[in-house]
Amino acid sequence: MVEGSHQNLAARFFEKVGRICVSALEEMGRHGVMIGESFHWLFLGPGMNQPVRLGAVFTEMMEIGVRAIGIIGIMAAAIGAMLAIQGIYSLKIFGAEGHVVVGVAFSMVREFAPLITGILVAGRSGSALSARLGTMKINQELDALEVMGINPVRFLVVPSLLASLVMVPVLTFMSMVLGLYAAALYVNTALGMSMAAFFDQTIDVLSVDDLIHGLSKAAIFGVLFALIGVLNGFLVKGGAEGVGKATTRSVVQCISAIVVTDMLFALVATL
Amino acid sequence: MSDTEKPNAKNVIEVRGLVTHYGTRQILNGVDVDINEGEIMVIMGGSGSGKSTFLRHLMALQRPTSGVIKILGQDVWKLPQKKLFELRKKLGVTFQGGALFSSMTVGENIMLPLYEHTKLDRLTMQIMARMKLEVVDLAGFEDLMPSELSGGMVKRAAEARAVIMDPRILFFDEPSAGLDPVVSSQLDDLILRLRDAMGMTICVVTHELESAFKIADRITVLDKGSILFTGTVEELRNHPSDRIQNLLNRRSEEAEIDADEYLRRLTGDKEEAEGMPR
Repeated sequence: MVEGSHQNLAARFFEKVGRICVSALEEMGRHGVMIGESFHWLFLGPGMNQPVRLGAVFTEMMEIGVRAIGIIGIMAAAIGAMLAIQGIYSLKIFGAEGHVVVGVAFSMVREFAPLITGILVAGRSGSALSARLGTMKINQELDALEVMGINPVRFLVVPSLLASLVMVPVLTFMSMVLGLYAAALYVNTALGMSMAAFFDQTIDVLSVDDLIHGLSKAAIFGVLFALIGVLNGFLVKGGAEGVGKATTRSVVQCISAIVVTDMLFALVATL
Repeated sequence: MSDTEKPNAKNVIEVRGLVTHYGTRQILNGVDVDINEGEIMVIMGGSGSGKSTFLRHLMALQRPTSGVIKILGQDVWKLPQKKLFELRKKLGVTFQGGALFSSMTVGENIMLPLYEHTKLDRLTMQIMARMKLEVVDLAGFEDLMPSELSGGMVKRAAEARAVIMDPRILFFDEPSAGLDPVVSSQLDDLILRLRDAMGMTICVVTHELESAFKIADRITVLDKGSILFTGTVEELRNHPSDRIQNLLNRRSEEAEIDADEYLRRLTGDKEEAEGMPR
């Protein structure tokens, strides 16, 4: 009897693990299909009288990028100053406060600017994308588009993907500059190092590769959050509760995907 | 099937052997329907009869398990994507909740198909949108957002959007649902006006008997995924079937109880009770 129940428990456990694996694979497959479909509509859409409207891309760029400038700017400046404060505090132990610029410049350009921008954009626009598409789905607006002969991926997804692919790196570059500027201000106050000297050292330390490293990551984060946001929206089931769940799931998945990708990217790029 | 079908009437919609499933549950069991040009066909049936699923198939929104759906002579699931888009321009749909895009004004909603499928200038599109709004008695409402309209107005605006491309076939999903009898009757008049003025073929899915009798040229009754009846309103009224008379007289029927199935449902034996919703 007991043996039987143990076997039952084990079978259930493996069944659950199997289900999780299958659903993870399914999710990855869906992302692949969505990317494929987006490319399809981007390049072959015009031939089928289904072009991606530039106006829609600009509207999304405005929503994802321009409207996020304020909060991302504040966060980037805070992170830059924090890095300078912590850097000086740690380096003081070795009497090497003067080298704080190296740490701040590398950390900000290679790591913190893309990460903080990605996370903020994901929290702000990834959830909004899911909520918007999910609501459109339960209100049959996606069906309405389809029967009007307007492909929803071409009309709604591709503009968001393109906009985030452009705007996340742009916002990341802005974060880098603002973060470094805030750090320079603190170093100037704390160590008396002039702003010119700070930026001279920064430019000496950093290479184009570092900049490319940060911006490439940002582009990947942009695509990731748009894909996750869109897919969660498209897969909404049920009513308002379904939209709520999709939104939460979208934010959690976006941030997890961004952090894990960041780690993998750093690992591969520094090998 | 009806024996009153006009022999020379041209079928604009032809459905043969339509079978569809949700998971293991069979929803439609080999449905055959012909809809003739210029007629108003009402698809009726109780909740869970499969009528909304049937409509989704007719709009080529859902691929069936098997069967053929021909719209304007073209098998919708064998058409290349580009041709399917072309075909869809000839269809108009009014969804149950209107499905107006909440981020656009009423005017923008109505102009969207024109904007996407034509190269008309904005002024011409605006004039066309206003003309359609006149048809549905919503003139002057083009700058309002859908959230500022009442339920009946949303449906009428959705109708204006559905007819903006002058489609050959118009679908209505539950046009009277959630509306008071007066507004519902106005919508019925509008459907008749659209058929008479524009010569459209109209397919309406509804469970409202009064509305169906008012507008239908022919009625198809779906029951548990199969066709119970197709014919004129008069034929339906005089049909000898108890099931149909129960439906017409709003009499509820005792569901036949399968003792084994009932027991399985109670004991929650999901694997045995195959096909039950989980």
